[in-house]
Amino acid sequence: MRPEVALPVVLPLLFGAISLALWRYRTAQRVIGVLGTGTLLAAAVWLLLATWRDGVLVMHMGNWQAPFGIVLVSDLLGAIMVVLAAISGLATAVYSLTAISKRHEHYGYYPLLHLLLAGVNGAFLTGDIFNMYVWFEVMLVASFALLILGGERAQMEGAIKYVTLNLVSSAIFLSGIGLLYGLTGTLNMADIADKLADVEDTGLITVIAMMFLVSFGIKAGAFPFFFWLPASYHTPQVAVSALFAALLTKVGVYALFRVFTLIFTQDVGYTHEILLWVAGATMLTGVLGAAAQYEFRRILSFHIISQIGYMIMGLALFTPLALVGGVFYIMHHIIVKANLFLVSGLVYRLKGTYELKELGGMYRSHPILGLLFLVPALSLAGIPPLSGFFAKFILIRAGVEAESWWIVFVALLVGLLTLYSMIKIWAEVFWKAQPEEHANRPAPGPKGTGVMYGTIAVMAAMTVFIGFGAQPIYLIAEQAAHQLLDPQIYIDAVLGDRS
Amino acid sequence: METLMAFVVGGLFAAAIYMMLRRSIVKLVIGLILLSNGANLLLFTQAGMLRGAPPLVPLGATQPEGVVADPLAQALILTAIVIGFGVLAFAVVLIHRAYEVVEADDMDQMKDTDT
Repeated sequence: MRPEVALPVVLPLLFGAISLALWRYRTAQRVIGVLGTGTLLAAAVWLLLATWRDGVLVMHMGNWQAPFGIVLVSDLLGAIMVVLAAISGLATAVYSLTAISKRHEHYGYYPLLHLLLAGVNGAFLTGDIFNMYVWFEVMLVASFALLILGGERAQMEGAIKYVTLNLVSSAIFLSGIGLLYGLTGTLNMADIADKLADVEDTGLITVIAMMFLVSFGIKAGAFPFFFWLPASYHTPQVAVSALFAALLTKVGVYALFRVFTLIFTQDVGYTHEILLWVAGATMLTGVLGAAAQYEFRRILSFHIISQIGYMIMGLALFTPLALVGGVFYIMHHIIVKANLFLVSGLVYRLKGTYELKELGGMYRSHPILGLLFLVPALSLAGIPPLSGFFAKFILIRAGVEAESWWIVFVALLVGLLTLYSMIKIWAEVFWKAQPEEHANRPAPGPKGTGVMYGTIAVMAAMTVFIGFGAQPIYLIAEQAAHQLLDPQIYIDAVLGDRS
Repeated sequence: METLMAFVVGGLFAAAIYMMLRRSIVKLVIGLILLSNGANLLLFTQAGMLRGAPPLVPLGATQPEGVVADPLAQALILTAIVIGFGVLAFAVVLIHRAYEVVEADDMDQMKDTDT
């Protein structure tokens, strides 16, 4: 019995409930927001250390033994994801102290934040496929409400697309679970993986695998299912955008990693080849979409899509090094992407607009912000020695070793185009002089931006740290990939040695 | 019975997709409702359909006698129905609010945030 496995799920639920009970007390909610996410980070680090030390940890909920009860399982990938979720949760909570207006706080921003984190962590830790569906829904409902907080027209329009496509995805996921249950008679993922090895009808398994690919592809924003993402991610409060950008698509990516390493490995030549094409197309369409945009957050939204392509590429190549690259990429991406959104929020705070054409002169007026933007931006493009360089380097090296030349070419090209997009933002927002007619646009003003600066600086420092301390991060990612590639470790940990 | 259910599920999915492709947001939500019901029925059918065989353990025995229906699938569907109900209730409120803000029932007039 390992209590630390359940803590990352229980803590946000607890703090969410407390936060709900203190509905009228704004200050208390803010304190609990920071306190709760801080505690969550501590619990997540504890979980990661314990998983690193003792291998895959399992907790049987209610002491019902697997495969009959629901289990929470923490392997290294899950534990890493939980830590990253806690980091972005804490960053968002701190940033929200000044970024979220009183009106939005009164609509219940903080309770929703906690519930979202509970859903995300639940999805990362559960070892039961139907339970994963339930956590997905917990996360979705919280994200729906966060997305429309404030109720402006753009939010409504974005939310309709977001809600529709995510519900379609959930229905496909549920159908896939149904077929899988019909085939194996179990819901425990380790048990499914164990039983599928004996199933003769691999054709049906591949069909189910494709249903899961479509369902998680929608959630991850993979090609050709990503259209909800750029239509909705730039509409909510920027702190919400940052949290969504960091976590929601990554839950889809995590689910893809989980099912396509543990369950659907019967016909790797077919399924992972499709994944590879999806990865290439996702990278390209995302980055080209970003090149056409001139709105700060829309550019960033499109870049989420292209980055998702890299992660799926790591999964699709399915070699040890490629999986290391995929895991490393997720770690790098969550920090960097959240930080870029936080920067865009600070720019808006100071200048009152997100339109690149109307911005300018920020480097002259706010040089520190310029530097703080450059760190994550160049990291996203993959400039050494920042974190993105090592993430891309491992993936491309893996592609070369697998002799998948075209995906290597696409990955390099997309890296170059990413640099173009980031330089575009740099040139338009920071470097050029601001157009005269927009110079006096009313802005919320610099009051309280110290907290925002602090959050951005800490996140940027983490990016630099991942870059310079790539070796220990690589070791963790390598161990996580090792556990992914050998599903028997996971199965034995959950079911015990039954042989 | 399973064959019939297969056609019902297929029909529900087809109708759902047709409704979701319409421009009206009300029809969109109707499509979503049909889709979630189709998925639930698929889950139900997959577990095997048995009539009049409740999974009850007789007094004094440790396991049920003979062939019984699978209770787990029904628990899953119950969960899925409850979740679906909650989410769809949200969707109904959302389209109502969207209708008030946009003043139209037409998806073609909700393209401001697209690219």
